[in-house]
Amino acid sequence: MSKVLMKGNEAIAEAAIRGGCKFFFGYPITPQNELPEYMSRELPKHGGVFLQAESEVAAINMVYGAAGAGGRVMTSSSSPGIALKQEGISYIAGANLPAVIVNIVRGGPGLGGIQPAQSDYNQVTRGGGDGDYKMPVFVPANLQEMVDIMMEAFDIADYYRNPVMVVGDGMIGQMMEPIEFKKPVPRELPVKDWITTGTKGERKPNIINSLFLEASDLENHNLEAQEKYAEMVKNETRVENYNMEKPELVLTAYGTTSRICKNVIAEFKKEGIEIGLIRPITVWPFPHKAFEDIPESAKGILVVEMSQGQMIDDVKIANNGRLPIGFHGRSGGMIPDPQDIILKVREMLGGVK
Amino acid sequence: MAIVYDKSKGLTDVELHFCPGCTHGTVHKLVAEVLVELDVLEKSVGVAPVGCSALSYDYFNCDMQQASHGRAPAVATGIKRVNPELVVWTYQGDGDLASIGTAEIIHVAHRGEKITTIFINNAIYGMTGGQMAPTTLIGQKTTTTQDGRTVEHSGKPLKMAEMLATIDGAKFVERVSVDTPTNIRKAKKAIRKAFELQLSGKGFGIVEVLSTCPTNWALTPRDSLQWLRDNMMPYYPLGNFRTPEEDE
Amino acid sequence: MINEKVICAGFGGQGVMKMGQIITYSGMMENKHVSWLPSYGPEMRGGTANCAVMLSDTPIGSPVITYDATAVIVMNLPSLVKFEENAAPGSKILVNSSLIDQKVSREDVEAYYIPCNEVALELGNAKVANMVMLGAYLQLANPVKIETVFKAMVKVFGEKKAKFMPMNEEAIKRGMEIIKEQVK
Repeated sequence: MSKVLMKGNEAIAEAAIRGGCKFFFGYPITPQNELPEYMSRELPKHGGVFLQAESEVAAINMVYGAAGAGGRVMTSSSSPGIALKQEGISYIAGANLPAVIVNIVRGGPGLGGIQPAQSDYNQVTRGGGDGDYKMPVFVPANLQEMVDIMMEAFDIADYYRNPVMVVGDGMIGQMMEPIEFKKPVPRELPVKDWITTGTKGERKPNIINSLFLEASDLENHNLEAQEKYAEMVKNETRVENYNMEKPELVLTAYGTTSRICKNVIAEFKKEGIEIGLIRPITVWPFPHKAFEDIPESAKGILVVEMSQGQMIDDVKIANNGRLPIGFHGRSGGMIPDPQDIILKVREMLGGVK
Repeated sequence: MAIVYDKSKGLTDVELHFCPGCTHGTVHKLVAEVLVELDVLEKSVGVAPVGCSALSYDYFNCDMQQASHGRAPAVATGIKRVNPELVVWTYQGDGDLASIGTAEIIHVAHRGEKITTIFINNAIYGMTGGQMAPTTLIGQKTTTTQDGRTVEHSGKPLKMAEMLATIDGAKFVERVSVDTPTNIRKAKKAIRKAFELQLSGKGFGIVEVLSTCPTNWALTPRDSLQWLRDNMMPYYPLGNFRTPEEDE
Repeated sequence: MINEKVICAGFGGQGVMKMGQIITYSGMMENKHVSWLPSYGPEMRGGTANCAVMLSDTPIGSPVITYDATAVIVMNLPSLVKFEENAAPGSKILVNSSLIDQKVSREDVEAYYIPCNEVALELGNAKVANMVMLGAYLQLANPVKIETVFKAMVKVFGEKKAKFMPMNEEAIKRGMEIIKEQVK
């Protein structure tokens, strides 16, 4: 299959359709509008349904209903819209339903801005909604990886009966790169015998629910979920270790920011200085082992984010006090400048201040 | 011995948790009977909301989904859009439908979503302990209007049926009551029509049912029925506000 | 080794986004690594528009151009003012002299002045000013074969606009000739 040049948001939509998405419920918000627009045009051609909801809250609850009815369903939004969807995401997780949520992150808090940001890290990895739930959160760094993950996302959601979030920033959503749509490795998916299709007089009623008034019932429900999350940690943790053979310092960054870090690494290579990169592809589950495996050569870790420092907390947990940790972050839509990162690296290596 | 009365097959054997004298049980029975009589129980999916009817997923003998507060119409939309051949309905109280879920109910009507809504108006929040609802009457005492609701502070009660009837996609809108055997029969007829509308695929149907809440009204079941007649009916007149025939 | 980092800037309607997309698409067709990154938001409605194009033999890291552009193409004055500083030392700045009467202030770059709008009008279609500029850029940087550009153009504009292709090709060729004359 040949490559095509597509805008990020449209590529995500096309990959979702090829990944088996049949239902889309959403509400307009910049910078992800090309995604629902593409869906409104293309999904009906594939026998699917696109519906523009009255709000983000309604959209995620339509997703909840559709998932309960067995539909392969998704929604997309951007940061403040995702905040509105958190209630529904918690219900979807609580009722063990599969669904895919795309978040094209913009700067916050509040209405914030519309430029690229990574300040939703806490919102997407720490629940956001109520309760002890988790969901795989993918943070691809380029359009090919984004498309690969989108084509797999619906299978992952169905496999675990769990919501899956795919996160890009405004830059990923707006940029164009060549992509190739490749079928993911098929997974053996469980039969959906729990969905609301009407009993047809053949079985007991199916009930989609997250309400457990008995404390012990709710605790058991949560314990079962924990087993599922443990499986996800084991099977779905993804990371790229880049130039990690003998680094003097390790950068860690995800998404767009990791690409800037790779430029920085190339610059240092010219001077004969080896800098490594740990690039989480999932931020939940977080790739703890990559940090345990940092070679002895490394003098420290520099966390680079398009936020005032959110992933850094997970890095500290993974590092467990072993190496000094530095931070360079820009926010509000400002993009880290490679020169600033270079200066910070030199500072940590004990060179130029 | 001849059986003269049997519980509807539309209900499970789970014992209802509703307070003595509450009319939820009556409305549950009517919905269940209609689903059986229309022979759609086996292809119906109900959406239970938050509030006193939160547990109705245990009572109805069909597929059910529990929804968050106010969102039942959106959840029902999702279900119906996946399987248009299903009979999808919501069962919502006044806190759920007339307060936190106004956007969702207006927009299922706006889209003419082919679902059916049973709306229980008892002028109060029941489950949370008797707080003011948008439907609470002027002068009515609740735990959050302890000297009685005033127009100045909270405005006048919302008339949902009248409001929804102004929306084109709402093709059947009727307000009924379950205070007397006659009114119960009329209520059942309206509920049946609302489901028939869904089967005809013409649009959204809603039946507003005036109901009692003896516990939070602090009245006996009998006095509650009288209070409903004396206070609710004058402000919330019974009757049909919209039928599909009007549009033909 | 090709490692092009091009900024295309102008006002909305001048076709700077399409210009960038054609370069990007051509690069992809020749199996180069490419990326196209637009500005977005309120400014895209009538205000300034710009995109960053990368075209390279090696994988592309950040799609953002900071102060390392190999070419800066400006179609109006605000764009020259805004993006002049992003040109790397020794790189090229291509100025649409039909709309910009100012000169490039930096002395460590190569400046070229192309009267894109006048040439487009001579050709009979004011809309192809961007294609004149594209031709100038292609002649100077030579990142892809011209035949590839003509093929990419059809993809970017869509089959429906195929009838405009001869005019576009003509404009690109004119742009190339202008540079050939200038660097003689």
